[in-house]
Amino acid sequence: MVQSALSLTDLDELDRRLLDAYQHDFPVDERPFLTLARSLGRSEDEVLARFSRLTDAGMIARIGAAFRPNRVGASTLAAMAVPPATLDRVADLVSGYDEVSHNYVRDHVINLWFVVTAGSAGRVDAVLAEIGKRTGLPVLDLPMTRSYRVDMGFPLWS
Amino acid sequence: MELTADDLRLIGALRAGLPLCPRPYDALGERIGLDGATVRRRLDLYRQEGALSRFGVVVRHDRLGYTASAMVVWDVPEDRVDALGRHLGAQSGVGLSYCRRRRPPLWPGNLYAMIPGRSRDAVRAVVARLNETCGLGAYPHELLFTVRCHKIAAAAYGWQP
Repeated sequence: MVQSALSLTDLDELDRRLLDAYQHDFPVDERPFLTLARSLGRSEDEVLARFSRLTDAGMIARIGAAFRPNRVGASTLAAMAVPPATLDRVADLVSGYDEVSHNYVRDHVINLWFVVTAGSAGRVDAVLAEIGKRTGLPVLDLPMTRSYRVDMGFPLWS
Repeated sequence: MELTADDLRLIGALRAGLPLCPRPYDALGERIGLDGATVRRRLDLYRQEGALSRFGVVVRHDRLGYTASAMVVWDVPEDRVDALGRHLGAQSGVGLSYCRRRRPPLWPGNLYAMIPGRSRDAVRAVVARLNETCGLGAYPHELLFTVRCHKIAAAAYGWQP
């Protein structure tokens, strides 16, 4: 993705509304961008152009769906203590799996944290086992047992 | 919920995001051989069934000034975790919260919260408030700041293009 040089200070009121107000209930109708445009007093073209600009700038990842944990398929959080000298290589190896959606380096001895999601629990287990085998490092499997707050989006400016 | 082959194709196509065009559900459907009305009907159904936690704009917090986000993990007794977790999940400043299986002795913690933050000090202040407000200060915790987002993508459920 080509990232345009758009900085936080370039964002105007419309950008902020588009980033903030539609994280949860994006309209599901024939012309959703027209629906947004009408409620904002703008044109559909303008709203689409802004979404494109914010996406090109890497500020919006996508307009998409987040499923509740384990309602669709199976998932887990996994963690590894990776020696710093091999961290980049191991992080690349882990991110290379299509089943890995999120992969973070965190400042702790257990420094690599990633989410594995697949169509079945068996496939999740197989991915963890394969990563363990390929890296020669133990992989902590930390499945969710209860959820207290799901991904509802996060207010950026309120 | 049980997913049909059409659902798996639709969820797979959605990983790249809704196309930015005037009739995005029609465009999405065209890629996978469904008409726009069917696509919208399935999305409405996921919502009604409560399968979705959200459908909308996914922002990159790390590109919007939230460069000091952290994960906090407390080690709390099993018989207290649900009450503490529900209280924790309702606090402002908490992005996500859940209980996960512990892996002692390496990783004894079980109660997680994700804290988006613009600075490490701001995140530490939120954690101090959570410790105080939720009575979590009595339990050991680990605070892990994000050093680098190596990958952030939509979840895959086994569908391949």
